[in-house]
Amino acid sequence: MSHNHLLPEISKPGKIGYSLPALDVPPTELPPKELLRQELELPEVSEVELMRYFTALSKLNYGVDTGFYPLGSCTMKYNPKWHEDIAKLSGFASINPLQPEESVQGAMQLMFELQEYLAEITGMNATSLVPIAGAHGEFTGLLLVKAYHQDQGDEARKKILLTDSSHGTNPASAVMCGFEIGTVASDSEGNVDMKSLESVMNEEVAALTLTMPTTLGLFDPKILEISQLVHERGGLLGADGANLNALLGRVKFGELGYDYVQLNLHKTFSTPHGGGGPGSGPVCVKEGLADFLPWPLVIKNDGRYKFVSQAKSIGRIANFYGNFCVMCKAYAYIRSLGAEGLKEVSENAVLNANYLKEKLKPYYYLPYDRTCMHEVVFSGKRQKAKGVRTVDIAKRLLDYGLHPPTVYFPLIVDEALMIEPTETESKQTLDAFVEAMKEIARDVEENPEILHTAPHNTPVRRLDDVRAARNPDLRWEMRSQGFG
Amino acid sequence: MNPQEYKYTPEHEWICPESKDKGKVGLADYAQSQLGDIVFLYLPAPGTQVKQGKKMGEVESVKAVSDIFAPVSGQVLEVNQTVIDEPGLVNKDPYGAGWLLRLELSKPPELDALMDSDEYDKLIAQLSEEESEQTED
Amino acid sequence: MPSPYVANTDADRRIMLRKIGVGSIEELFEDIPEKLRHAQFKLPSPLSELELKKKLNQLASLNASLDDYACFLGGGSYRHFIPSTVEHVISRSELYTAYTPYQAEVSQGTLQGTYEYQSLACQLTGMEVSNAGMYDGSTAAAEAAIMACMITKRGKVAVSTTVNPTYRDVISTYVKGRNLSIEAVELNSSLSSDCACLVGQQPNFFGYLEEMEAHVQKAHDIGALFIAIVDPISLGMFKPPGHYGADIAVADGQALGNPTSFGGPGLGVFTCRQEYLRQMPGRIVGKTVDVEGKPGYVMTLVTREQYIRRERATSNICTSEALMALAAAVYLATLGRRGLRQVAELCYHKAHYAADKIAKLKGYSLVFPKPFFKEFAIRCPVAPSEINRALFKAGIIGGLDVSHMIDNSMLLCVTEMNTKQEVDRLVEILGAF
Repeated sequence: MSHNHLLPEISKPGKIGYSLPALDVPPTELPPKELLRQELELPEVSEVELMRYFTALSKLNYGVDTGFYPLGSCTMKYNPKWHEDIAKLSGFASINPLQPEESVQGAMQLMFELQEYLAEITGMNATSLVPIAGAHGEFTGLLLVKAYHQDQGDEARKKILLTDSSHGTNPASAVMCGFEIGTVASDSEGNVDMKSLESVMNEEVAALTLTMPTTLGLFDPKILEISQLVHERGGLLGADGANLNALLGRVKFGELGYDYVQLNLHKTFSTPHGGGGPGSGPVCVKEGLADFLPWPLVIKNDGRYKFVSQAKSIGRIANFYGNFCVMCKAYAYIRSLGAEGLKEVSENAVLNANYLKEKLKPYYYLPYDRTCMHEVVFSGKRQKAKGVRTVDIAKRLLDYGLHPPTVYFPLIVDEALMIEPTETESKQTLDAFVEAMKEIARDVEENPEILHTAPHNTPVRRLDDVRAARNPDLRWEMRSQGFG
Repeated sequence: MNPQEYKYTPEHEWICPESKDKGKVGLADYAQSQLGDIVFLYLPAPGTQVKQGKKMGEVESVKAVSDIFAPVSGQVLEVNQTVIDEPGLVNKDPYGAGWLLRLELSKPPELDALMDSDEYDKLIAQLSEEESEQTED
Repeated sequence: MPSPYVANTDADRRIMLRKIGVGSIEELFEDIPEKLRHAQFKLPSPLSELELKKKLNQLASLNASLDDYACFLGGGSYRHFIPSTVEHVISRSELYTAYTPYQAEVSQGTLQGTYEYQSLACQLTGMEVSNAGMYDGSTAAAEAAIMACMITKRGKVAVSTTVNPTYRDVISTYVKGRNLSIEAVELNSSLSSDCACLVGQQPNFFGYLEEMEAHVQKAHDIGALFIAIVDPISLGMFKPPGHYGADIAVADGQALGNPTSFGGPGLGVFTCRQEYLRQMPGRIVGKTVDVEGKPGYVMTLVTREQYIRRERATSNICTSEALMALAAAVYLATLGRRGLRQVAELCYHKAHYAADKIAKLKGYSLVFPKPFFKEFAIRCPVAPSEINRALFKAGIIGGLDVSHMIDNSMLLCVTEMNTKQEVDRLVEILGAF
């Protein structure tokens, strides 16, 4: 059985894939017909066929457990397996968020301790675990900024400053909070251009969002100068903490002058990415912003854990408390590593990235030839001059059984290739990756056709995304069968 | 080569005057080649007032979205339904079948502010040179 | 203690450092000012997997699991039957350790699974298009409200007073974030003409069914959109939003194959009319072909999203709940046409059995004499908190205390997971007050 047939094609009236108990109470009259649905067109498949179908689908997928996944900015590190077992414990998975607090003290303890650990790791004073993903955390951080300035009576601060290398979620989040956007340029070293910052940082600016290390994988040595300037002119400094893997166990955002940082548990803290979620995007803040945190915070009072609302809270940003099952895994990770283990993570992550930088430098253009942090950005411009684009390089890597790096981001690097190996990869894997990249560089000269037509060995070859956008086919439909 | 009778904006729109106060508007060849395969167009409805240099629509390719700016001020008379249904025409024939809309010009003298084909050809040549410089080490 | 998650040995590291041309890893951090790169962290000492599993088991055992207690609590998170197929599919590591499917050629599992989910979500809701899912029902409702403002170019969102109050709070946070306004609207009030949308819930927060066609009409009469928040399990037997004219329909898909998980992850089901496709936030997967003409799936209409449109994006959403959407697809495929209807009917009949028996108890009454699905509000002779304490002692999690909205009232939820014995026991204990 392959994956080629969609559910409606496997479906046949009369098949069933489930068993349910019979009704054990006397039936009640059904409501008026106008309220009821006349037909429910869902597929009917047997359990056997269902499992074969989804098993076949899974085999088409490439995950971290399949191989190297050097996506820059995504920190695709290995997901420890025992964490999955923890999240499935009955006492964690089968609890209702609205149960009496006395009946979920274990869960609340986990959340409380995680709040503390994340604050400690980032050098901040308080944590909200509620944001459901990184972008949600960014949105929350900016709502905090807005609330802070409004509380100060400062109505003029309507702008958020972003660097020209920022991730798309940064400006999108700013707009969701009613802010306008200003840009700060990067200098030739890939750091913040201080002249540019001086010219745009004024009393109209609510905050500067600065990823650290930057999306170029570089640490800006002027960070204290930057935070000082921003604060002097009445603004706040926030971090998109996507790149925390470079600083774990070694540097505290709080000591760099940041007022808040948004984290990604599904990046830095090893929880699985799920093909696009669930994630978790906690926000850690300094004292001055703690009053505004969204509902709820977990506090400990007389040995009991409680949910509380902050005095000037921005309110609810989600229905419940955040992605608890993801929190369980991050909690387990932090407790299995400890401070020393976290330091080992950043050391090996940075080592691996710098190793790749040196090994690939002869073959691909390195726009910022300096020590990088946990990721390194190359440019495919030499190859572009010979008619091969970064997308072709990426597709050819798939033929080697390797997931490509992030491509075409950050926007300030032409034909960008952002490589983040993470600390969970071995030198052997890195060397194999380098070999593949070397062969591809050679193919650019000797056999470019094989790159233009790549991939060849994957379950499907290059897909027609023009057709997908011009003639969207976003679902199948099933004919009405009526309730027989 | 870009058609001689047309006038061009620095944002790569063209206008082909049809009479003293009407004109056809479209995207230049450079625009379509930069965008790649075009998948969708947002164009103003007939009757909409547009202003020279101001955004009047959007063009989407698979991986990018760009604003379309009005080359001159006026009122939209007609939108090319064929190109709405088949956005790829803008790639295939940007100066012909890929036209976007027809305008009634409210201020015909605005045409003088636009580039003629010689000036526009020069601009394109300059942009192409800058691009190949960028690619060098 | 060497870590099982760091694959390099000391020997490897030495070779790598030599290649890089530095003497130690420390040198690689020299861009960071000296005084900032040696921070000390107060964290508990690391423990082994064995020790931690023990600790976490202890922590988990401090919680009253719904596997051990009879549950009559709903209010937004629901205990429903999860067929074993779901867990086994989403535990396959090719699926759960994968990234967002930007490299489509090696992500067909995720992509085709998402296409199935989108299709099933549309079949269920009767709507024309679905995205790949959002964070949860409440944020999906909030994003729907914002979308309506963008479409109508109006700045006010009207939310029915019968919508779950926590959903209303989330919508409010999002709406005010963009400096727009929100208004609570009673069932029978009219809408002001500057409203972009009316948000309603079916069944509503109190569990009963409303005349949705009338609400839709009210919204459309002033050129506003109607946004329906629905219970996905109820759609096994009740008229879906696509059949009563909703423009956007959202739901929390936790009930579709995901455990309650202390409230997270949920799943924001988001569907709408075809004409609003390009304003819909979130990822969308589309079917296409590859260069050999073979069918395949890709993320499409990506220019709506943050990584292209940046500040002009419909939303900032990036990572959502892909694995939960897949779980929902497996759930719906497992139960199918007859199974989902059977689940819905089991909920319906059991809930009505419970309601009838409780209504006959002295001092108790049903607050709303209207058709309902699986949740209903009861007025109690004493404070619900007192009743819930007694229930808990007897191994039962009681209903949601809604006394702050309706005096001495509790919102009870009965699903296919509750047996007749559990209901009888519930009634018995209630009767003692």
